Amino acid sequence: MNGVHDLGGMHGFGPVRPETNEPVFHGTWEGRVLAMRRVMGAWLKSNIDAGRHAIERLPPVDYLGFTYYEKWFQALINQMLATGTIAPEELATGHKAPGAAVATPPVTIENVAKTIAPTTSYQRDVAAKPRYAPGDTVRTRNINPEGHTRLPRYARNHVGTIERDHGAHVFPDTNAQLAGEAPETLYTVRFTARELWGAARNVGDAVYLDLWESYLDPA
Amino acid sequence: MSGDHHHHHDHDHDHDGQEIPSATALRVKALESLLVEKGLVDPAALDAIVDAFETKIGPRNGARVVAKAWTDPAYKARLMQDASAAISEIGFMGSDRPHMIVVENTPTTHNLVVCTLCSCYPWLVLGLPPVWYKSTAYRSRAVIDPRGVMADFGLTLDDDVAVQVWDSTAETRYLVLPERPAGTEGMDEEALAGIVTRDSMIGVAKVAAP
Repeated sequence: MNGVHDLGGMHGFGPVRPETNEPVFHGTWEGRVLAMRRVMGAWLKSNIDAGRHAIERLPPVDYLGFTYYEKWFQALINQMLATGTIAPEELATGHKAPGAAVATPPVTIENVAKTIAPTTSYQRDVAAKPRYAPGDTVRTRNINPEGHTRLPRYARNHVGTIERDHGAHVFPDTNAQLAGEAPETLYTVRFTARELWGAARNVGDAVYLDLWESYLDPA
Repeated sequence: MSGDHHHHHDHDHDHDGQEIPSATALRVKALESLLVEKGLVDPAALDAIVDAFETKIGPRNGARVVAKAWTDPAYKARLMQDASAAISEIGFMGSDRPHMIVVENTPTTHNLVVCTLCSCYPWLVLGLPPVWYKSTAYRSRAVIDPRGVMADFGLTLDDDVAVQVWDSTAETRYLVLPERPAGTEGMDEEALAGIVTRDSMIGVAKVAAP
C-alpha cells in the first residue's frame, strides 16, 4: 500500500538524533508489548508479513504520531479484535467475558526459547528456475497495490542490476493477506544513487534492495 | 514523535528514574492481565522474553563476530561466503538465524543498513534497534542522503568512497563488517570485540582505536 510507512526518500523529518546510553526499553511497558506481540502470534493466525501490514494500516496520523511500541500495541489490539481473540467488551472492562472459555498458554517458560530466537527460514524449494542471473539488468514494475508489498515507491519503475540470487522466498504480498506463501526467487538488486535520485548524487553511490522476481521485468 | 523527538517516551520516568505509569503503561498492564485471565499468555514467558532482550541479546554478539573476522582470515572468508553458518559457529543465543549477510567496509567502500518500510534489523547479532534506527528521520533519509545521515553521527566520507545503502526489504539481515582501525595490531580478539560499536555495525560510524 502507498502508506506513510513507505518513507524512503521523503523530506522534512529532520536530522537523526541518536540518544546517548539508550536503554533497551524506555519504560517497562515497552518490553511487555514486545513480549505479548511475540507470544500472541500463535493465537492470531498471523505471520510476519500480516503483522507488518497491521502496523502499516494504522491511521497515518497515528503511524507518524505514535512511538514505536505504541504502534505495536495498537496493531496488536487491532489484530486481536479482528480475529475475535478478545472481544471489544473484554478490552473495555479488562476482564474475560462471563462464560468465555479459559485457554492454556501455548508459550510457556519451558518452550519460550524458540519464541525469543526463532530459527524460521523463509526460503522454500520451488521447481521454477530463476528468471534472472547476477549481472542481468532489470526494471522494477510500476505497481501500486492496496495491500502489502515490499517494493517501496522510491524503487518502482527504475533500472537496476541483479547482484545476488537468494533462492525462492515466501512472497510477502500474498502471505500478508493469509493467501498463501507463493514462494518466488528473491534477488538483491543494485540501483545507482543517480538512477534513483538524479544526477547530483555521487557516481559510485548505490542502494541495494531485496526484491522478488514478480517485482521485476527484463530491461 | 516516532523517535524524532528525543523525549518520545513521555512520562515514563521522573527525574529520579522512578517509573510513573503513563496512560499507555496502564493500558498495556490492563491488556496483559486480560490475556492472562483468558489463559492466552503465561506471564513467566513474557518475563523470559524481556530478560533475553535486556541481558542476552545485544551488540556484543555482533562485536564477537567482527573481532573474529578481523583476527582469523579463514573465519572471515566463511563469514563473507555464508554469514548465517559462520555466525552459528560462535553459538550465542539466536545465532542460528538464517539469511544473514555481511557487507564489508574498505577504504573505498562504506556500507549503511536501513529498513525504509518498517524496522528490520539484525537483532540477533545487535539486539533491539535503537530508537533512531526506527525513526522517520533515519528511514526517510538513509536512502536518499546517506552522507547527510552519517554527518548527523559525525562521520564524513570522501566523495570518492562509494556509499552502499542496504534497504532491508526481505527476511535477509545485513551486518556491516567495519574496517579494523590502525594501531590495533597488538590487540587480541577479545580486546578487539571491546572496541566494536553497534553504530559501526549499522554503518553510521567507524571503529576508533582505543
